[in-house]
Amino acid sequence: MAGLAGRMSTVVKAKVSKLLDRAEDPGETLDYSYQKQVEQLQNVKKGIADVVTAKKRLQMQESSLQQSLVKLDTQARQALSQNNEELARAALERKNVAQTELQSLDTQVNELEAQQQKLTDSEKQLRAKIEAFRTKKEVIKAQYSAAEAQVRISEAATGVGEQMADVGLAMQRAVDKTENMRARADAVQELEAAGTFDDITQLGSGEDDIDKQLKQLSSQSAVDDELAKMKGELGGGAAPAAASGEAAQISSGEGAPAGESGQQ
Amino acid sequence: MIVRISGEGQFDLADSESARLNELEAAVVAAVEARDEATFKQALGALLDHVRSAGSAVAEDTLEGSDVILPPSDTSLQEAESEFTGEGLIPD
Repeated sequence: MAGLAGRMSTVVKAKVSKLLDRAEDPGETLDYSYQKQVEQLQNVKKGIADVVTAKKRLQMQESSLQQSLVKLDTQARQALSQNNEELARAALERKNVAQTELQSLDTQVNELEAQQQKLTDSEKQLRAKIEAFRTKKEVIKAQYSAAEAQVRISEAATGVGEQMADVGLAMQRAVDKTENMRARADAVQELEAAGTFDDITQLGSGEDDIDKQLKQLSSQSAVDDELAKMKGELGGGAAPAAASGEAAQISSGEGAPAGESGQQ
Repeated sequence: MIVRISGEGQFDLADSESARLNELEAAVVAAVEARDEATFKQALGALLDHVRSAGSAVAEDTLEGSDVILPPSDTSLQEAESEFTGEGLIPD
């Protein structure tokens, strides 16, 4: 196992030996080790809570993106009904970017959820091992001479240390993931905010820098399709039969994103 | 032989399994070297599945260290390339 497993083992074992380095006076070390383990378990619990908080923040970003989608769809319809196709296109380009981002965010939140579950399971294993260590240390203290105890301690502490190191790695991965996701979502939100979505009618020609960036990010063919569909819907009688039902919904609602069911 | 799947737990495998494990692991390493994400995912999945099915889960309160430690099932190719050098809770 010289390849991947070897490297993985090396990383974990290096961490374990750092954890075990402190052994000097066996009697004291046993209690000290246990005390350290309990402290680190608290850190693990806190780490899991942080992952949960980060995940919730991302879910809030998801729902704010969702709101942007609805708003942009409405704005595109408004622009089209005022015969401003360029504005409608700008709004749809933004909608397309937001939609893509939302899908990727959704996938990643699900992955994070799976990691969180694994972390919770690992924490449970860690707790079981620490509890076993607590029992074992009393046995070791009672039964062995100092020299023998030394050997037994490091055997017993290895199991706990390995689990601890493993939970630590898993935690780091989850934290890295949330940070990457947040940075991306923030970037898209900033781009959207810079495009002053609040009042799309003041955007002018829709060809400023932000629009150029958004244009590059969005899928032009998807935007073309949606624009054509929207035109069909707004055109009433000219609309294809399949779209007429949706068009009716829009006129009664507040520009609900009827085109979305096909997009998501 | 005790094998840990990182992020999952420890499994007890017969020592005779080590040849098969080496074989499956070589496929993972080859996929990493070829930078082939799909093959990597598939090979890692096969390796971990073999550990789970050929081995039996070790009791949670065991204090034994592992002989082999394998990367987590959701490892990305990029992570495999970077050798899991994250600091984690326990700094180097």
